[in-house]
Amino acid sequence: MDALPIVWFVAIAVLWTGYILLEGFDLGVGMHMLFSARDEKQRRVMLNAIGPVWDGNEVWLLTAGAGTFAAFPYWYASLFSTLYIPLVLVLLGLIMRAVAIEYRGKITARRWTRFWDWSIGLGSAVAAFGLGAGLALTTTGLPIDANGDRVGGPFVWLTPVAVLGGLALVGFCLVHGATFLALKTDGPVRERMGRLVPRLAPVALLPIAGWAILVEVNDGKVLSWVLLLLAVAAGVVGWTMARGRREGWAFVGFAVFGALGAASIFAAVFPVVLPSTIDPAYDLTIWNAASGAYTLTVMTWVTAVALPFVLAYQAWSYWVFRKRIAPHHLPEAHDVVPAVRVAAAPAER
Amino acid sequence: MDPLEIARWQFGITTVYHFMMVPLTLGLGLLVAILHTMWVRTGDEKWLRMTKFWGKLYLVNFIMGVATGIVQEFQFGMAWSEYSRFVGDVFGAPLAMEGLLAFFVESTFLGLWIFGWNRLPKRLHLATLWLAVIGSWISAYFILAANSWMQHPVGVDLVDGKPVLVDIGAVLTNNTLLAAFPHTMAGAVAVAGGFLLGISWYHLWQRRRDGIDTVDARGRVVVGEAPEIPGRDAADHRVWITSLRIGAVVAIVGFGAVAITGDIQGKLMYEQQPLKMAAAEAACHTGTSFSVLSIGELGAQDCDKVTPVIEIPGLLSFLAKGDFTTDVPGINELIPQYEEQYGTNLPDDALYGDRAGQAIQYLPIMEVTYWGFRIMIGFGALAAFAGVVALWLTRKGTVPTSKPLMQLAIFGILAPFGANAAGWIFTEMGRQPFVVAPNPNPSGVDGVFMFTAAAVSPGVDGGEIVFSLVSLGLVYLVLMVVEIALIVRYTRAGVAGVMPELFAPHDDDTPDPDGDAGDRDDVLAFAY
Ligand code: HDD
Ligand code: HEM
Ligand code: HEM
Repeated sequence: MDALPIVWFVAIAVLWTGYILLEGFDLGVGMHMLFSARDEKQRRVMLNAIGPVWDGNEVWLLTAGAGTFAAFPYWYASLFSTLYIPLVLVLLGLIMRAVAIEYRGKITARRWTRFWDWSIGLGSAVAAFGLGAGLALTTTGLPIDANGDRVGGPFVWLTPVAVLGGLALVGFCLVHGATFLALKTDGPVRERMGRLVPRLAPVALLPIAGWAILVEVNDGKVLSWVLLLLAVAAGVVGWTMARGRREGWAFVGFAVFGALGAASIFAAVFPVVLPSTIDPAYDLTIWNAASGAYTLTVMTWVTAVALPFVLAYQAWSYWVFRKRIAPHHLPEAHDVVPAVRVAAAPAER
Repeated sequence: MDPLEIARWQFGITTVYHFMMVPLTLGLGLLVAILHTMWVRTGDEKWLRMTKFWGKLYLVNFIMGVATGIVQEFQFGMAWSEYSRFVGDVFGAPLAMEGLLAFFVESTFLGLWIFGWNRLPKRLHLATLWLAVIGSWISAYFILAANSWMQHPVGVDLVDGKPVLVDIGAVLTNNTLLAAFPHTMAGAVAVAGGFLLGISWYHLWQRRRDGIDTVDARGRVVVGEAPEIPGRDAADHRVWITSLRIGAVVAIVGFGAVAITGDIQGKLMYEQQPLKMAAAEAACHTGTSFSVLSIGELGAQDCDKVTPVIEIPGLLSFLAKGDFTTDVPGINELIPQYEEQYGTNLPDDALYGDRAGQAIQYLPIMEVTYWGFRIMIGFGALAAFAGVVALWLTRKGTVPTSKPLMQLAIFGILAPFGANAAGWIFTEMGRQPFVVAPNPNPSGVDGVFMFTAAAVSPGVDGGEIVFSLVSLGLVYLVLMVVEIALIVRYTRAGVAGVMPELFAPHDDDTPDPDGDAGDRDDVLAFAY
């Protein structure tokens, strides 16, 4: 029976890693839309590269959250209530970004598209930063008392570690998103991103490496160090491939870097899921934060049955939309005008 | 600032807001899937136009459901951490199942549907929409399973004062859930019916006002065309009259289903939460009659001040028990029972903060429960009545030219939304002061309950919740305006707004802008 909390620790780690790998490039693309695109056509190419899949990717976050609630309610309760304000910001970012993706192209007026560009770009940046900060804090600790409640006011989470974690995820998303765009588009965007990745990666991946090393120095085990070294090797491979414009391999390299990096962090902190900086006796671990054996068994079955299907149909949807998006694929944007007889309705434009 | 009060407002506002989008998504999704099926089966372009038009509005609304749903998923841990700890063993499971079994299906296949036009084989493309819609219905099932457990906790044992899940089957077949699910779905379908009705009415009216459609001496429609207005051809008339009739029928059927399932819910409520039933009726004394109108200070939570004005004898017994003679227990009798079973004062426990030891107010705010119940039924009935009237008025093929009538049809779209919100506010506020309601009857697990006062996050301070209430509230307000503006815009444009290719065909002789010839066929049927 004691295996179940371990199984679920791994499951939660997989869900978060899945989220970072999949939505990671969506968030990165969102930021590049604002900062790296040169014109409207490029922004639309970028947006449509993630168009069919971004919502499916976001569900990884919901499932990671709900899975934590189901398997480790004490972790869910303490972490989410302690990080109240940053999570509100994450939610605002995710809301604005989701709505922007759908609404941006509905009206062609420049003010309209510009507003939604900012929503997508800033929304993605804030969400990535906040989630990165939260994940970093759950690996390094928060001031929680014996009941798991925060001590010290609404801003105790605002520490250098939080900033490091925030930058780590933003940086990773920027690289991952750029690599994804180089792989999934054709024309000017592919060209720009192809040139950007080799220059961006060494800088943008530093914070995530910093976070991983911090965790390793504190709690590292042999396994987690090995994973970290493999992650770094994958990152170097990705970078080399990006320099040679081998877009597919570059994407694989950085994705493996992200996956192994996350794995090394989770492996290092195991079995503590939320350390208390007040007293190690208050640490939340997979043993004292978990649901009962029956609940975990039920959830294990559900996940074992459902997850293969999820992976299969999500993979299929990537297959369906496997073609690179080029500027000439995009239909002309058109405005929507009222279907009324103009003479009869002078009030209409 | 009292975190509890603010947290309740915060939760209520965000959830009710989420539930503005959700019923439209659930109901309209089903209708669009049916329209799309009709197109695939008959090949009649009318159905394609309807699929594209209603499908566009469906998507404009869908995204708002997604955006506001993310908040819902996080809120329990953020503002209700003590609640999350208490119910975690039971409550997280349906939420996680919702993600794994429903949200993934819904979002992945909807993406395939949106971008799959002309790219997937026709039937496969249709299947993606059905899967997305079925996914959204399954998601509703799981979330209602979670909510029903709060109304009627089942499938658990009480271990060390906490519910521990022992039977997931019982949670997923909770009788409260089996009644609430069809009821909520029927309510959602009614919303979609009113939506189709109002918007189609507008278009038929617009065609008449623009002189396109006229009526003959016997009042029968003479369908015309206006080639200079994109989309106003003869087929356009068929699009709107069919939509209108489907909408009207759906609104009527939805209400019928809501009434039948609502009746079942009422009987369960009488059994499981008798005080909610009594409060819904402002039934102070045992044996009070069902009143259509009561005056007095219902909110004063004092029975002496309630005066029923119009009463229908026997109806309350029928709602509660299915006969006309049972005396439904009144508030004056129930409160002492509750006090005996669950205490007169909150426990003297740090969990309750400033409220520890305070007297418990068992009676929910009667104004809300009483009027919530009546608004729910009244607004729903209004929409069904509108459906009947609309069918009658359009029996000769078009609508009257009256502008106020058109405006009424548009305005009527709101009625089923109001009914849904009222139903939820009644259900949730009627459960107070409990967040998990105790069920001292043979089918519930006695002793499993939680006072709302103990549920809020102990570590979070009021200011933080105010911050989220204000910031989310403002964003929601702005987005509501934007969503409605977009819906209005597409509504006014009609079919031409969503199928420009149909009315301004691409001129194949124009030079290819990029010069890389031969890729006209490559242009996506849809792109953001
Ligand atoms: C268009 C919407 C709509 C309409 C016309 C009705 N309802 Fe309803 N009702 C809902 C939408 C709704 C809802 C919003 O979906 C609720 C809230 C919680 C739930 O399960 O459904 C609800 C709850 C709800 C409950 C509370 C259950 C509980 O607290 O456990 C009862 C007893 C009824 N309804 C009964 C009725 C009756 C007798 C109706 C009359 C004909 C009726 N409803 C019309
Ligand atoms: C599974 C679904 C739902 C769950 C788990 C749920 C749970 C809760 C919780 C935890 C609270 C806060 C405690 C309280 O004040 O009672 C609450 C309150 C409330 N909920 Fe729900 N809810 C659900 C669905 C809904 C929906 C769909 C609506 C409306 C559309 C709704 C309307 C409200 C309202 C209005 C309140 C405030 C009641 C008050 O403060 O007195 N709920 N609900
Ligand atoms: C308080 C409890 C609730 C939670 C935690 C919740 C959670 C969510 C989440 C996270 C989403 C976004 C999914 C996505 O990204 O695709 C969502 C959308 C949805 N919710 Fe809720 N929800 C709640 C209340 C309800 C209720 C009571 C119902 C139905 C009766 C419902 C039905 C839906 C449906 C059908 C969708 C998908 C369609 C749409 O996005 O509009 N939800 N919900």
